[in-house]
Amino acid sequence: MYETSYHRAESVEEAAKKMGTAEGGKYVAGGQTLIPTMKQRLASPDALIDLRHIPDMKGISINGKDVRIGAATTHAEVASSADLDAVCPGIASLAGHIGDPHVRHMGTIGGSIANNDPAADYPAAMLALGAAIHTNKREIAAGDFFAGMFETALEEDEIITAVSFTAPEKCAYSKFPNPASRYAMAGVFVARTGDDVRVAVTGAGMDGVFRWEEAESALGSNFAASALEGLAVNEGEMLSDIHGSAEYRANLVKVMAMRAIAEAG
Amino acid sequence: MSKVEMTVNGRSVSGDVEDRTLLVHFLREHLGLTGTHVGCDTSQCGACVVHVDGKAVKSCTMLAAQAARAEVTTIEGLAAGGELHPVQAAFKEHHGLQCGFCTPGMIMAAVDMINRHSGKLDEKTVRAELEGNICRCTGYHNIVKAVLAATEQMGGAAKVAAE
Ligand SMILES: Cc1cc2nc3c(=O)[nH]c(=O)nc-3n(C[C@H](O)[C@H](O)[C@H](O)COP(=O)(O)OP(=O)(O)OC[C@H]3O[C@@H](n4cnc5c(N)ncnc54)[C@H](O)[C@@H]3O)c2cc1C
Repeated sequence: MYETSYHRAESVEEAAKKMGTAEGGKYVAGGQTLIPTMKQRLASPDALIDLRHIPDMKGISINGKDVRIGAATTHAEVASSADLDAVCPGIASLAGHIGDPHVRHMGTIGGSIANNDPAADYPAAMLALGAAIHTNKREIAAGDFFAGMFETALEEDEIITAVSFTAPEKCAYSKFPNPASRYAMAGVFVARTGDDVRVAVTGAGMDGVFRWEEAESALGSNFAASALEGLAVNEGEMLSDIHGSAEYRANLVKVMAMRAIAEAG
Repeated sequence: MSKVEMTVNGRSVSGDVEDRTLLVHFLREHLGLTGTHVGCDTSQCGACVVHVDGKAVKSCTMLAAQAARAEVTTIEGLAAGGELHPVQAAFKEHHGLQCGFCTPGMIMAAVDMINRHSGKLDEKTVRAELEGNICRCTGYHNIVKAVLAATEQMGGAAKVAAE
């Protein structure tokens, strides 16, 4: 790791201010992506501004069906929240299948969506739940937030403070984890409220997370796994790498979508 | 350079370290606590697992500065008064190791998982919970046995205490 300097912030304002005075600074939350990247010398921020101890960015609040999750809330906290599991089981179960217990104790929802890894789990939930991403500057709809592999609508110094959404009537997430990394080879989040169905896919798309709109309209009138028979995602838009071909991933997307629908019930 | 202060195994410690110093290097090189191992050094294998504020984390994926002012427990801090911790004793009893390199991380992960599941674990859960700890000798069989035996013992102890 190249040299860097560490600064702990106690408030969002303090963090933004510290970033302003750093030359090539970066925020660090759980560090479960950034620290390994720095160790590989793929990133070399001259300053790290730590967001993990900012009280306003932590915790889950639920008001009826309205859910708000602070950006510095860890995967373990999301996975173990009984209140969240009661209103939105899909996201709690998703968080419980990220990486391993130690990664889940440190990694945060804000860090995951800011990073927008094409194989990360949370982006699929944000898109399917129609979440709002709150920052220290504005509110961004999930549909406008994820802008392709590792790209988001965030400005350099912008801080995600929370995400919020209205829990759907039914939802579930199904992923086929890469056997070594546990990242998604294909992960599908399905959310349904009445005849409004959203299907978001991670791990498989060449441009990162995406909505499978053809499946959404088929499921709107018939919410059953069988509604997907005869449908297929475009293979030309799927990732192809040593872990799996585009053809294989296209098939996985459909299978994961069917499993998620069955689980959502 | 910064001065980093934390509590390690119940003892207040401090050190002047470069900000980029990883927690595992602070523990091993500055405090001489070499029980915590560096295995893969890429956040995968879990040989470096310690507890920070009571939660298992990979100390190769955290800066010492990030752990400043926290309570850290390493493998050296588990045994109380010369008595092995029940998880350590179970690993010995059930031979949950061969070369031993992954063992400190395995034991710290096991203690954390038993705590989180309030002493209730089955084989499937133990195997799933060991996702972040890699052993290249044992095939995990005796590790799982040891964790289950320790769970039984610790759950049993809690039951006795509650009666
Ligand atoms: C072994 C291992 C397995 C993993 N498996 C999975 C998996 O199965 N699925 C999965 O989805 N992920 C997985 N991950 C990644 C993990 O979920 C990370 O926690 C996550 O990607 C990043 O969150 P973090 O809090 O650690 O962010 P950090 O590493 O601290 O930061 C990541 C990036 O986000 C920025 N950032 C962080 N917080 C904010 C904020 N609030 N506002 C703006 N920018 C911010 C940082 O500047 C940095 O660029 C795995 C990681 C490891 C090490």
